[in-house]
Amino acid sequence: MESRYTFGGDEHVFCEVDTEMSLEAFFKSLSMTNAVRESQIRGVTEICPANASFQIKFDPDIIKPDDMLAEIKKLEVQAESAESSMDTRIVEVPVLYNDPWTHETLMRFRERHQDPSGTDLDYSARINGYDTVDDFIAAHSGSPWFVSMVGFVAGLPFLYQTVEREKQIEVPKYLRPRTDTPKLTVGYGGCFSCIYSVRGAGGYQMFGVTPMPIFDPQQRIKYLQDFMIFFKPGDLVKFSPIDRDTYDAAVEAVEANEFEPKIRDVRFSLDEFNADINACNAKLEGALK
Amino acid sequence: MIKVLNPGLATSVQDMGRHGYYHLGIPQSGGMDQLALQAANLLVGNASDAAVLEATFMGPELEFTADAVVAVTGAAMTPKVDGAEQANWESFAVKAGQVLSFDYLKGGARAYIAISGGIDVPVVLGSRSTYTLGALGGFQGRPLAAGDEVPVGQGKGTAGRSLDASLRRAPGSPAEIRVLPGIYWHWVTDKSGAQFYEDTWKVAPEADRIGYRFRGGRPIEFTERERPFGAGSDPSNIVDGCYPYGSIQVPGGTEPIILHRDAVSGGGYFMLGTVISADMDLIGQMQPHTPTQFVKVTMDEALQARADRTALIGRIHEALA
Repeated sequence: MESRYTFGGDEHVFCEVDTEMSLEAFFKSLSMTNAVRESQIRGVTEICPANASFQIKFDPDIIKPDDMLAEIKKLEVQAESAESSMDTRIVEVPVLYNDPWTHETLMRFRERHQDPSGTDLDYSARINGYDTVDDFIAAHSGSPWFVSMVGFVAGLPFLYQTVEREKQIEVPKYLRPRTDTPKLTVGYGGCFSCIYSVRGAGGYQMFGVTPMPIFDPQQRIKYLQDFMIFFKPGDLVKFSPIDRDTYDAAVEAVEANEFEPKIRDVRFSLDEFNADINACNAKLEGALK
Repeated sequence: MIKVLNPGLATSVQDMGRHGYYHLGIPQSGGMDQLALQAANLLVGNASDAAVLEATFMGPELEFTADAVVAVTGAAMTPKVDGAEQANWESFAVKAGQVLSFDYLKGGARAYIAISGGIDVPVVLGSRSTYTLGALGGFQGRPLAAGDEVPVGQGKGTAGRSLDASLRRAPGSPAEIRVLPGIYWHWVTDKSGAQFYEDTWKVAPEADRIGYRFRGGRPIEFTERERPFGAGSDPSNIVDGCYPYGSIQVPGGTEPIILHRDAVSGGGYFMLGTVISADMDLIGQMQPHTPTQFVKVTMDEALQARADRTALIGRIHEALA
């Protein structure tokens, strides 16, 4: 894993920590961006961590691009020796899998899909070697996920599952992106799940919807009153399958502004995770019990 | 206050933009032609970073409820006060009860309508700019609609001030857009990379505040590579990463897209380079079908172009001080 630095025009440094996705690459990207934030380099205007890369936007009138690059590279030694553990939180996200709204949408855009004969869940289960959609849903909701990036549109989390690579779900994106995706759709593309924070275009396979809002520009929802966006990189998520009645009750609770996401503080250690994945996940999920 | 009688095609409140939230997917927004936006403000005696209306391809029809001084810069769309033609890039008076309307678009793409006192919508996350995808900022988080009553601040401008043509900037024909190659440029074959600059591209109809799509050049050919885990199956896919403003992605290798001020902040497509900051204003003034030539530059040339643009804005400030 060797970082590759490049300029995005005269205002951005782009760093590819690794060409492929891994928790190690994500942790390094997060440590690097934390180090840039702490070092308070003059002229930095945006610090954006991503899955296995990161980007720093800067004002070249304040700091020359080559100097900016040198400052960031200096932090790499420090970031490499940083402890790969963090205090974070785990959030339970209820999901109505196989819901009527994503189903209606995926039927509408069927001709843009690899397999027009089935649904996104049928297709994703099959190409990942699951006998039934239920087995596939059990795998998707069976262990925690890291929020490895927030973006695309306001507040959309990219999620990376904390399982061995051979167990990781991988699906292609739609052949051509849809022009519509229901709000709060739980999607999947490459090795990432996501939650669409707003309605709009999208290319990820669609598996279900959550009743839990994660972006509220009006900040009326009580758990979004401090800030309009719920997720930040480093958060952990556990998907919890729910039935239609539970979904409807949760939507009512959201409308009455009484919905409370289940959130617990946890510590994640990459060394512990690599030593025993099942024990690490059991500990993280145990915090939600 | 101004009443919107007809909103035009896409008219929104914009200022110099919203900074510091790109890592959460909230882009900077703000006027796409920042030079024209600042000039419009200075013409009506506003601070150069006040909020204005950005009208795309077609002007709105606005009824004024109080006397004001107005200036329209950027795209060539002749403003009219109760039907009487006014000049672009020149301040003029509008009296309470009068209606500001526009002739059809004769050049450019976006007109900046500054009103003395500035558009006085609430500041959200440090800016009045509209980010439509996130329903954030501007007038109720969206472009203007008929019947809207848009608040205007207190100001005092002077009619009859104009900006000399030598201090304006617009894309030529073909439009020349300067690009610093990089990011994933090494994925492109040498032959294909040369073709990208040789070919004449055209702005596609899918050109908006998020991004500008181009057609007409030869497809990108990729060097042989192993597909990295997590990137997806198409040769143009990367492990989802950040997108710089101005970056040029080419999904499937066919149609380049330049991200602009309402950019999606990241995604899974490779980028072959980035439009230099000095030329982003010009993209904001390009209409669909505009022939476009991408011109390769070095970082030193990019910084020189940036300095030239900064100096030009400095001369605009001096001229309108």
